[in-house]
Formats: sequence, C-alpha cells, structure tokens
Amino acid sequence: MSVLATDVRVRLGRTQILHGVDLTARAGEVTCIVGPNGSGKTTLMKALTGEIPYDGRIELEGQDVARLTPDALARLRGVLPQASALSFPFTVQEVVSLGLLDRRDPRPVRHALAQVGLLDLAARFYQDLSGGQKQRVQLARVLTQIGTPVWHGGARWLFLDEPVSALDIAHQVQVMQIARDFALGGGGVIAIMHDLNLTAMFADHVVVLRDGAVLASGSVAQTIRPEVLEPAYGCRMSFGTQPGSDIPVILPLLAPQAGAADRAGAA
Amino acid sequence: MVALDLSFAARDGDRAARARAVTLLLSLLLIIAVLMSLAIGAAGTSLWSTLGALLRGEEISLTDRVVLWQIRAPRTLLGMGVGASLAVSGALMQGLFRNPLADPGIVGVGAGAGLGAIAAIVLAGLLPAALADQLGYYVVPVAAFLGGWGSTLLLYRVATRAGRTSVAVMLLAGIALGALAGAVSGILVYMADDTQLRDLTFWGLGSLAGATWSKVLTGLPIMLPALIAAPFLARGLNALTLGESAAFHLGVHVQRVKNIAILSVAAATGAAVAMSGGIGFVGIVVPHLLRLASGPDHRQLLVNSALLGASLLLLADIVSRTIVAPSELPIGIVTAVLGAPVFLWILFRQRGVLDL
Repeated sequence: MSVLATDVRVRLGRTQILHGVDLTARAGEVTCIVGPNGSGKTTLMKALTGEIPYDGRIELEGQDVARLTPDALARLRGVLPQASALSFPFTVQEVVSLGLLDRRDPRPVRHALAQVGLLDLAARFYQDLSGGQKQRVQLARVLTQIGTPVWHGGARWLFLDEPVSALDIAHQVQVMQIARDFALGGGGVIAIMHDLNLTAMFADHVVVLRDGAVLASGSVAQTIRPEVLEPAYGCRMSFGTQPGSDIPVILPLLAPQAGAADRAGAA
Repeated sequence: MVALDLSFAARDGDRAARARAVTLLLSLLLIIAVLMSLAIGAAGTSLWSTLGALLRGEEISLTDRVVLWQIRAPRTLLGMGVGASLAVSGALMQGLFRNPLADPGIVGVGAGAGLGAIAAIVLAGLLPAALADQLGYYVVPVAAFLGGWGSTLLLYRVATRAGRTSVAVMLLAGIALGALAGAVSGILVYMADDTQLRDLTFWGLGSLAGATWSKVLTGLPIMLPALIAAPFLARGLNALTLGESAAFHLGVHVQRVKNIAILSVAAATGAAVAMSGGIGFVGIVVPHLLRLASGPDHRQLLVNSALLGASLLLLADIVSRTIVAPSELPIGIVTAVLGAPVFLWILFRQRGVLDL
C-alpha cells in the first residue's frame, strides 16, 4: 500500500536531473514534495507516474512502474498536470468524461463535477472558463478516472503537480481538502507544492528536494522548520503558528543587506 | 424522432445523442447521394426508371446495364472511397496534430503523395521487372502511400517537440514540403516521355472520370484498412486533445496511436491522390462542419466524417459531370470552389482564437 522509490536517477540530455532519490509514500497519507525551482520536483513526478524512463526502481502498490502498461497504470493512478491545453471545443462535461476508462457508467462524471463545485458549468465550453475553473475541471477529470480511493483491495493514487497554483485562497483549501478526503478514504496522494503554508496544513509527510536529491524527509514538524527550509530555498523565513494550533505559518523575510542595497541602488 | 433528437439542446453538456442523430441523417444522405450518382449522368442518360425497374426485379436493357455496371457503379464506389478517405484523413490529422487546420492537402502530405504517384508513373521503367509485375496496378497507389507516409512523418518530427505541436511550424513546414514535392514533381514531369505525359495529365486533372473496376479494386484495399482502423483510434485521439502526457496518464498507448494514425493518413491520402489526383478542402471542411454540428468527440467525428465526405464527393462529382455536359469539369475545381470559401470562413471565425 505504498509508492516506493529507490535510488531514482534521471538524466535529460547531458544534465543529471535526479541524483539517486529515495522516497516512500504511504496510502492514507498526503505526501507533499517541496523544493525550489529546478530542484527536480516535476522530473521526479514524471518518473513516479511512469511518464519518463529512469534508472533505479519505483514500485506502485508493489508493482514495478517501468513494467506496467499505460492502461494498468491508468487504473492505479491519476495525474493532475500543472497546466492543461485543450485543442478542440469540448464542453466541461465532455472534458471530465475523458476520464472515464470504461464508458458505460456516466455517474462518476456528475459526482466529480459536484465534488469540485462545478456541476452548474457542465454544459459550458471549457475554453470559456477562467484559469482556476479549468484547473478544477481537470481535477474532476482525474477524479473521474480514479474515483474510488480503494479498488480491488488496493489503494489508488492521486498525483498532483502544483494543484493550487492557479486558484484563489478559498479554492486552494477546497482542492487540498479533496486531496485530504481521498487519503482519508484509503487512497494515496503525492503533490508537488510551492505553497509551504498549505503544505504545513495538509501534508502528513513532506519531502524536501534540492538539486535533484532529497534534503529532508519526514513529518511537518520535522521538515517545515527554518533549519531545513532556509538552506533549501536560500531565503530567510519567519516562522509562526496558526492561532490555536501548532500548524506552522511561514513568511519570507527580506534579507537585510540585499534589501538595503536595493533601496540604495534605487535612490 | 430525428427532429426531436436534433432540437435537443446539450443541456448536460453531452452531445453524444446529437452526434448519433447526425450519423443517422448522414447515412440517409449517403444513400440518396449514391442513388443520384448511379442515376444522373451526362448525355441525358438518366437512369431513374432503370433503377426503379432494377428494384422491382425487372429486366433492363443491355445499354443501361453496361452504363450502370461498367461506368456509374465503379465511379460511385471510387467517389465514396475517395471522399471518405479525404475526410477521415483530415479528421485524423487534425486529431493527431491537435489542430483544426491540419489537413493533408494544406500541410504538404497531399503533395508528398502526389510526388510518389508521379515518380511511380515516370520512373516505373526503372523498377526491376519482377517487382513491377508483382505490383502491377498497385505501383502508383503504393508509391503515393509511401510519399504521403514520408511527408507525414517528416512533418510530425519537425513540428512536434516534447509532445506539443507548433501550428506555425506545422504550416510553414507544410509550405516547404509542398514546394519541395512540387519542384521534384516538376523535374520528373520534365523528364517524362510522351506516353507518361498523357498518363500524368490524365491523373493530374483531379477527376473520377477514369473510374474502372480495376481502379476500384486497386484503391479500395488500401483505403479500407485506414477507414476501418480510424474509429478504433477515437478514444486515443480524444485523450490526445489534452496533450501527449495527459493522454498517457489516461492509459493511452500514445506512440501506438500516433503510428497507426500516421499510417492511416498516409494510406487514405495516398490512395485517394493516386486514384483521383488532387481534390482539395474535403479533409478540412467536412470535420469542421461536423464539429460545429455535434462536437469534437472522435468516436462520432470519424464515422460521420466518412459518411459526409463520401456524400459530398458524390454530389460534387454529379455537379462536375453535369454542369458543362457533355464535357466534364475536374472535380477538384468543384471542391475548391465550394471548400476554399468555407476554409476562409473558418480562419475568419477563429482569428484571435488560433494561437499562432
């Protein structure tokens, strides 16, 4: 009931992107991958979902990802991409229906649209939606593909590549809540996150990447800390907690020297 | 019943029912077009009464029988095959390139297939005699298929990077491919002797006039596998509208779908070009009209394209052989006169939407 990556290495052209990444993600948990731009998050996601070739070993529910057919993979995991293009004028309902692997029963489509709160827009053209609505339609499509968190006795997996980057604050929480519910239902979630505060709120397990290697891995308490994140991002941060809880709240701090130099340069 | 289905607005955003009603209507249209194509012809030989007699099981005259079976029947079959092939290869190519402007005629695949056909006519003498005997009538369509295949592969390699197709690069590469194929074709025409020139002119007119049973039997075996394969690509092409990586995540064997689609486009376009020369705009206009009528879902689009393409080509052929009777207008002129304005209208409507 897990995703198990051992010594995953990926080379794109002449550049070594991942230098031996180990990762364990358990079903029933939300695992967040964080790290600065260019740290290899998206490449790691592509390897985990079987999209690109890699060295090392990746197991999804005990099966070797490199040996699974696209169809077998599609029944085990759904992937929400960072941005989605659509080349023909499909309606929202039709886009979400693309997630139906077996075409007979259309009910999951309506259910998924209701989950993301877009049932009213089912007959609208996808092209006419806002960026945030499009992202939620895509999430509904992935939920249609991987509707039930548990299937044939095994967990199913949601892979989310920056799922909230196009969303306003209320919809960010809505989408993360859907991911959390999926995990509570017994499924597994692996999400690439830029927002450290949402990560602190929703993650059960955090993996911090830097320069294609795991810098730290563990619970929120173990990873969302200045000692880990400041060197990871090369940025000073202020840490507090949410009122009435011990969930961390992180704000970036202006580096004093750099800030002063900028102001002096402007003057 | 049909009218009821058509009036149904896509309330829940699913246009599958409407698309099925369109399929039904297009099937009726095709039956009518086939009957018209068999009955209407040059020199006042209208065969409506003959068709009626045939349906009632009565004897018909020898002349009528010859005209019907040796002239009109093969021409009608070839027209259906060519029309369906052009429309389906247009729809396949648009799905493959994820762009409504991709059409074998526009992006140089037709020119590549034409180059293959011309090379086969002019250079057939260079083939080893044994191989030429083996291929027989198939030399021209097979060469056109290879020409179309090569240009589709090349185009896809040039225009697609990291799973995304650049429309601008696709169109520009198509212009270059078309120009190159045209230039090489020109050299070959220059090299041709008088007999070959007559064959070339006959072929290049873009006409169904030369339809014979032997032509039908050479063309259809190449077209049919492509036409039959196309609907099986529907789910993959639907998923590909989200991009190659999303299609893979949806369980589609992307490379396999692309390979079969490219082979089918090459076979259908190659055979159509070999049989009837350049007939333009069917491949772009037919799928576009159908997307407007019932949405872009390839499960219905490919079947409906075959039906509408076949009907349109039969109707265009009827116009081409009656409008200046007893002479004939090349059918390519008829489809261009009808299709080019529609193509311009598509561009007009999509300006601003098209991301070049």
